[in-house]
Amino acid sequence: MPLSVLYFAWLRERVGVSEEELSPPDSVTTVADLVLYLSNLDQRHADAFKNQATVRCAVNQEFAEITTVLRPGDEVAFFPPVTGG
Amino acid sequence: MARISVQTYDFDIADEIARLTRGRTDIGGLGCFIGVVRIDKAHGLVERTVTALTLEHYPAMTLRAISRITDEAERRWGLLGCTVIHRVGRMLPGENIVLVLAASAHRQAALDATGFLIDWLKTKAPFWKREEYQNGDGVWVEARDTDDAAAARW
Repeated sequence: MPLSVLYFAWLRERVGVSEEELSPPDSVTTVADLVLYLSNLDQRHADAFKNQATVRCAVNQEFAEITTVLRPGDEVAFFPPVTGG
Repeated sequence: MARISVQTYDFDIADEIARLTRGRTDIGGLGCFIGVVRIDKAHGLVERTVTALTLEHYPAMTLRAISRITDEAERRWGLLGCTVIHRVGRMLPGENIVLVLAASAHRQAALDATGFLIDWLKTKAPFWKREEYQNGDGVWVEARDTDDAAAARW
């Protein structure tokens, strides 16, 4: 399933890129599946997702949950809890 | 319809108020909040004195997220006008970060909507702050439970 994956703040720094195009296997159907897949990609991804309690996500520019179902072509963003204002 | 801007440059508060109220005779109260970069004494150590703040955001999502918040404020308080300007990029202590204006017929709605807007902006819009310190270190600011509590009271 082709996905655009974006990273912000310290997740971007740990992964080392701000965006990547990935095609995880068909067994990846939710955000939780994608996090598991990414965690096993390499050391940098593993470091970024080490503490999942501090990771939030959005799917197609809407805040999403770990249970959100993914579809081909989705834009999935991972980031820490927001701190604007 | 709210005026929303995400920009690297500073805003002019008088200009923004004039823009919101020009030609209007129905506005009876205007709430205003301005967020400013401060040197955080809470860090204690001189070497951890904040020398700059960098705001990162998620460009494709930011305007939509802020629109959700201003729509909610307009719906709840029947605002006559609303402005949210959020700066991104690197800022120095003393510089403005964010401006919230809420116009209403009466003061309570204007004041409450202003509080609501800044509380929700802090917890429901995709911005991240990174502090730079005197000793060259940089740290991403962690979200605070007190901000979540402030947003939840609305």
